[in-house]
Amino acid sequence: MADALGWWGVPLAIAAGTMRGGTPFLFVSLGECLTEKSGKINLGLEGTLLTGAMSAYAVSYLSREAVGDVMAPFLGVLVAGLAGMVLGAIHGWLSQQRRVNDVAVGIAMIIFGSGIAFFFGKPFIQPVAPQIPTLNLGAWSDVPAIQAALRISPLFIFGVILAPAMQWFFKSTRWGLLIRAVGDAPEAARAMGVSIFKVRMLSIVGGSFLAGIGGASLSLYYPGVWTELISSGQGLMAVALVIFARWNPVQCLYASLLFGGAQALGPALQSVGVDSFYYLFNAAPYVLTLAIMIITCSPKKTLTGAPGALGKESS
Amino acid sequence: MLTRKSFEAILLPMGAIIVALLLFGLFCLAAGANPFGVYGSIYKAAFGQWSSWQNTLIRAAPLMLSALCTALPARLGLVIIGNEGALVMGGVGAIIAGLAMGTSAPPFVVQIAMALLGMVFGGAWIAIVGALRHWRGVNETISSLLMNYIAIALLNHLVGGPMRDPSSLNKPSSFPLEDINRLGDIPGTRIHFGLIYGIVACIIAYILIQRTTFGFAARTAGGNIRAARIAGLPVGQLTLAICFLAGSCAGLAGMVEVAAVHGRANESLNVGYGYGGILVAFVARHNPLAAAIVSMLLGGILASGGILQRSHGLPDATVLLFQGLVFLCVLYSESLYGKIPALQPKSELAHPSA
Repeated sequence: MADALGWWGVPLAIAAGTMRGGTPFLFVSLGECLTEKSGKINLGLEGTLLTGAMSAYAVSYLSREAVGDVMAPFLGVLVAGLAGMVLGAIHGWLSQQRRVNDVAVGIAMIIFGSGIAFFFGKPFIQPVAPQIPTLNLGAWSDVPAIQAALRISPLFIFGVILAPAMQWFFKSTRWGLLIRAVGDAPEAARAMGVSIFKVRMLSIVGGSFLAGIGGASLSLYYPGVWTELISSGQGLMAVALVIFARWNPVQCLYASLLFGGAQALGPALQSVGVDSFYYLFNAAPYVLTLAIMIITCSPKKTLTGAPGALGKESS
Repeated sequence: MLTRKSFEAILLPMGAIIVALLLFGLFCLAAGANPFGVYGSIYKAAFGQWSSWQNTLIRAAPLMLSALCTALPARLGLVIIGNEGALVMGGVGAIIAGLAMGTSAPPFVVQIAMALLGMVFGGAWIAIVGALRHWRGVNETISSLLMNYIAIALLNHLVGGPMRDPSSLNKPSSFPLEDINRLGDIPGTRIHFGLIYGIVACIIAYILIQRTTFGFAARTAGGNIRAARIAGLPVGQLTLAICFLAGSCAGLAGMVEVAAVHGRANESLNVGYGYGGILVAFVARHNPLAAAIVSMLLGGILASGGILQRSHGLPDATVLLFQGLVFLCVLYSESLYGKIPALQPKSELAHPSA
């Protein structure tokens, strides 16, 4: 029956992959969006993602005896977020020191975060951890491909709700205003008596919490294993994705779905027998990111929506 | 003569490395290994005797070349981290030249062609990043990172399809180079000639940046791009030229790995010399001569990876974790310049006679 779908399997697989593959993009890009709104860049979310993936998997595996197969993965998600916050605190503190460049700290955090993940994650490569239960919206169909495609994770739904919520947060709350003020005009915020250090620290730690959850969606949802190759640069692409989304959380959602779909292209085509350019199709998200940046960037003016203090030396 | 300022520039990174070593010891303790035993093993495996020195230097060679890929553009104010991609592309260029020429020319000529094509491939790869930066305003850090992934996908495509040697089953690889075309060892050692390439490249890069008008122009543009434009410096051409040179150094590293170590192109090319090179460049504060020395240190740490696994039961990512710690500590030490009183030059008032 799955064979009966034939080439129709390709758009179906891409649609399913869009949701599965888009979830980590969604969390990391929302995290990066929150961070960049405060005027700092966190390139190190790739490391945070890996640490999140590892700690979620490890906790889910270790706690299954104590809390059962249903709760264990959610505990894993929470711990992944907390682990992300620890890395975020390091980034937030170090990148605000005198003469320290936030891009350089980000590169260091990529190395450090992946080092932590692989160092402590080695024993968890073999065992099988309980996965986050999914909502099977495709139960009405007896075509396995459709059932698989409509198996939706609560994490994905949470992310979809989070995007407009964050939009509202930036637009309509006092805290959102403070973050935007610090990101756009730090001097003015300082004159208002706001501690730039604290606001940026909280934004970076909060963003890293979301990136950690994005990591958990990799190891406990899709692809649902823990290996050292689990992340294929989603944490880095998120930085470009936020630029593409013009620092707007709802557009981050659309952009994440686009990237998830691009990522599903290679495996979807391989499943119907087109595998001669497998590796090149797998590079589709990177080429897409680069193409988007080439089209949207301009040497003449700063981008609309960009926080004013982003990438500037802090005073 | 050492002034207090350069004394500070040497002491602070060294202090940072020592702090990183201490923190690293805590991680080893957490993993159930004796930190002092680990330190001892690293020292023995990296610098303990001549044979371990040779292992260290073999790894230092590609690191030196790859570090220049970050260090040179840094003088222009660009943070380029496309080392891994340029290295991979250089390896691809080298294997294309080496396989195409085969035995039709003397090995010496084939090796030069391999080095040249590797440098052109790597250089063009990073020049694209520079061009995008200059004409489209694309952030060079992110674009160079994306280019890494694209380069690795290209390599996997080439060695898994068009260039695949059917006899390489488990690890898709290109056809092997002819034995006579492989880069030999420095007589009396196991160290290949790549080390000479690396040291020479670092010296040339140092002279180019510090002692030529070209380097002066680049440093000026890096210091203040608007002033450089007003002074009539061709900023676009400078960006392209520096990026091409930077990429060609990493490309040469790829050629060295292909021609001296692996003898063919496969996924062993992207084992992390690119990311190690970024670390080296930052620790050396983008000074090419210092990069040569830091490469030997990091090469030693990489060389000790095996022994940490075998005799202390530590995972192979231990080396990666240590690199991350060193990187973070060195970045923090940047904020201490001018802060430690004992390292500051004495003020004029204190020396009225001077």
